[in-house]
Amino acid sequence: MVRTSFERHLHELQDDVLVLSSMVEKAIYRSMEALKNRDLELAKQVIADDSEIDRKRFDIEEKCIELIVTQQPVASDLRIIVAVLNIIIDLERIGDHSEGVGKITLMIGNEPPLKPLIDLPRMAQKTGDMLRRSLDAFVNRDAEAARRISKEDDEIDALYDQVFRELLTFMAEDSRTITRATRLIWVAHNLERSADRVTNICERVVFVVTGKMEEIGVSKY
Amino acid sequence: MDPKIETKHVNFYYGSVHCLNDVTLHIKEHEITALIGPSGCGKSTFLRTLNRMNDIIPGTRIEGEVLLDKQNIYERGVDVVELRKRVGMVFQQPNPFPKSIFENIAFGPKRLGLSHKLNLDEVVEKSLRAAALWGEVKDNLHKSALALSGGQQQRLCIARVLAVEPEVILMDEPCSALDPASTLKIEELMQDLTKNYTIVIVTHNMLQAARVSEWTGFFLLGEMIEYGKTVDIFSRPKDKRTEDYITGRFG
Repeated sequence: MVRTSFERHLHELQDDVLVLSSMVEKAIYRSMEALKNRDLELAKQVIADDSEIDRKRFDIEEKCIELIVTQQPVASDLRIIVAVLNIIIDLERIGDHSEGVGKITLMIGNEPPLKPLIDLPRMAQKTGDMLRRSLDAFVNRDAEAARRISKEDDEIDALYDQVFRELLTFMAEDSRTITRATRLIWVAHNLERSADRVTNICERVVFVVTGKMEEIGVSKY
Repeated sequence: MDPKIETKHVNFYYGSVHCLNDVTLHIKEHEITALIGPSGCGKSTFLRTLNRMNDIIPGTRIEGEVLLDKQNIYERGVDVVELRKRVGMVFQQPNPFPKSIFENIAFGPKRLGLSHKLNLDEVVEKSLRAAALWGEVKDNLHKSALALSGGQQQRLCIARVLAVEPEVILMDEPCSALDPASTLKIEELMQDLTKNYTIVIVTHNMLQAARVSEWTGFFLLGEMIEYGKTVDIFSRPKDKRTEDYITGRFG
């Protein structure tokens, strides 16, 4: 009595989550690309694409409900579906943070750049990388990898510190930079929050594998 | 709190067939314990060891201890009739006697010689109320029990057990012959009964075990593989065999 059709549905559900996460990962990179290159068209595109992400998330949620209703999953099947329900919320929120970066880019508009952006693109790169690997850990049911990735949030926090201090110096030296510097701090904050969401995903991976809910990455912020 | 029932290294044989292997288990008072597992895993046989219902099957043999309130029920001198009064049983097929509803309930107390002490009318009403059947039959107490629906017959059988004021109720697939609405009534009734009774239920319906019980034991090939809080068994079982069975990947 092996439940082949249920197995197939679970696989499809997982594939859907991977599709959603790649949409979100793309949003992180593109929103940073738009900010760095002052590409307002691309920023608008990121904002528009966020509704796709939202739609996909609801679509996956519907599928989870359908599987719960029709299959009454238990044990690891149940944990996977519960994890998916949580992961898609985190993914959708990361999408919102990228949309936020897009909106800030539009606000900055054609103001002269404060400084070349170095640490912010690094934060985006690192966050996107952690995100992709956290989903790999989910698919591979690899709790150890999830715990490791979660610890890397410290690097994001350190970059955030660095960006904050640097921008504070700008503002202290020249009050005319306050508006522009503050907007960049918002960008850094969006990225910091996104990386925290990745640690939530890592916690869900641990839950799927071990059945235990543990907070594994306590962010400084 | 001491367990209501404790089994220690119970082994059971039908002739040369070893069908329960070293089952050690605690059953808590005033809680529902569910026993699950595939057909032939020994769960019903184990249930029947708890009130010596297997004694009547020729060629069977038991080793180990079954303690009811710390007393071994297999000790010499134990009065089996008295034991089965304390540990009642409800079976898969509702089995009312071909008598009136009233006589079905009054049967046990009369048989145990309690009728001179008790007001049978009161016993019948109290038992039927406790079994959530009173409202449906109170005007027809002298009609044949066989005229009741399957779900009502099963509640009648539960009332019949309650009439002799047991401490433990063993239920062997009590809902498998019932429709969903009757099943729901029995499940709600079970929850109510835990105020005064300890219940052990064998069920093939895993979702029923998940719905009604506090504790679940998983049996496979005569062994108890895993025993724990129902919520843990159904969300994070420890043993791969439990996981495979409850997720339908067994076999």
